[in-house]
Amino acid sequence: MTCIDIENVTVAYHGKVALHNASLQLKSGSICGLVGMNGAGKSTLFKAIMGFVKPIQGRVLINSLPIRYVQKQNLVAYVPQSEEVDWQFPVSVGDVVMMGRYGYMNLLRIPGERDRALVRQSLERVEMLPLRDRQIGELSGGQKKRAFFARALAQQAQVLLLDEPFAGVDVKTEKLMIDLLLELRQAGHTILISTHDLDAITTFCDQVVLINRSILAYGETSEVFTPENLSRTFSSSAQETAPLAQLFGQVQDAA
Amino acid sequence: MMELWDILIAPFQLGAMVKAFWVSALVGLVCSALSCYMTLKGWALMGDAVSHAVVPGVVLAYALGLPYAVGAFVFGVGSVAAIGFIKDNTRIKEDTVIGLVFTGFFAFGLVLVSKIKSTVDLSHILFGNVLGISDGDILQTIIIGIITLTALAILRKDLILFCFDATHAKSIGLNTTFLHYVLLTLMSLTAVAGLQTVGIILVVAMLVTPGATAYLLSDRFDHMMLIAMASGVFSSVMGTYLSYHIDGSTGGCIVVLQTLLFVLAMIFAPKHGMLAQGRKTKFGA
Repeated sequence: MTCIDIENVTVAYHGKVALHNASLQLKSGSICGLVGMNGAGKSTLFKAIMGFVKPIQGRVLINSLPIRYVQKQNLVAYVPQSEEVDWQFPVSVGDVVMMGRYGYMNLLRIPGERDRALVRQSLERVEMLPLRDRQIGELSGGQKKRAFFARALAQQAQVLLLDEPFAGVDVKTEKLMIDLLLELRQAGHTILISTHDLDAITTFCDQVVLINRSILAYGETSEVFTPENLSRTFSSSAQETAPLAQLFGQVQDAA
Repeated sequence: MMELWDILIAPFQLGAMVKAFWVSALVGLVCSALSCYMTLKGWALMGDAVSHAVVPGVVLAYALGLPYAVGAFVFGVGSVAAIGFIKDNTRIKEDTVIGLVFTGFFAFGLVLVSKIKSTVDLSHILFGNVLGISDGDILQTIIIGIITLTALAILRKDLILFCFDATHAKSIGLNTTFLHYVLLTLMSLTAVAGLQTVGIILVVAMLVTPGATAYLLSDRFDHMMLIAMASGVFSSVMGTYLSYHIDGSTGGCIVVLQTLLFVLAMIFAPKHGMLAQGRKTKFGA
């Protein structure tokens, strides 16, 4: 069953096209990796799915519904790339995770037994329960990412959109998050995740989307993740040549 | 001994002073509650802009026989709309836009005050006149206080989330445009309430200083709110009391006290104060 349906989406900022004619269908209960250079339109694609930028053409449906209905039903959790939050803000880790539950609460947002239990459980899953009373600015980079991941877990959304969750995190945190993503897939969640960790993609993504201002290729990881396709994805930058050469080696080794 | 006591309690036996205590305490409470959101959202400059921009509204409302608050509300929100419009449609940066819009509105207010013959006294608008406050204005302040505190109580969590992480607020389907305008509306209303007590020029202090003081003293929003309100009410009442004894500007005394409390917090706050920070650096903790 198609869960995320993106049809001919074009997004422009101040007259400059950031994403051209993107079409994509993601199945329920799968993990899809989003790969592309910085500025290739990955974050733009996430924002278009969330309805934060208005496409100049095309549409996005989740479970056949427009995004604004989907948000009200808590079907989608979005973890942006660099949390544009004030780290000095007077909230604790537990408070932040509880914010994932607001959509289920009444107007006054008074947490119930179930909300508290889910916050506890989510913190446990990312191994952050002992830090629940810390002010969020007192966390390390990896712990911050885990806290926001726990908020997405607490939200119990069917669809998770994760923009660069592994950027700047330690190996242990990345491993923990990948294990959790595999658990979530098992439970039928649909996950779209962007990352620069190309090695990891082959280990947990069922599908891959290659993006460079438009979608270059998408499909099963084994079919799409080829040196030719990756070379097209990273083609317009000379800087990428060196890591790309290594990458060819790795992909060919894997194959 | 009795004489000293008589001097100390004298202000509490004057009708006008007792009224002034109650009004300034209420204004201190309401402004302080809002000040937590203002400081966390980084809206100090916006508060300054809105408080100045309400002046023409206040003058026009007076001339037309409408309540102060109505005119202030229209011009307060109008100034914010103007700031947004100019920012979105020109290449001018936001702080420049804020600077030019609020001075433009304020200047227009000055022209209106000088041309419209009314009972409006410019110095009362600029510097406040809590000792001469009318019963109608007291009623208005009470209504503004009830509206603001009720809105903040109901939307507390949503506004915290909006200030902290507007992206997440949007992604769970909250109407962030609505929350944005709620805060701006409350700011316009409290600016009018503050206008009575400390005047337009100092009202931004009421909307910023208690929040900033409390922010240095707590890492929990609820504690921050309580500390802000306590410091706001204390400064308002003590400032009014002091102004009686030194026969000085009431608004001035209130804001000087608020600033002193801030300086104390800045130096001595247990965790975020300068002494604590200094110790931290010294011992490399």
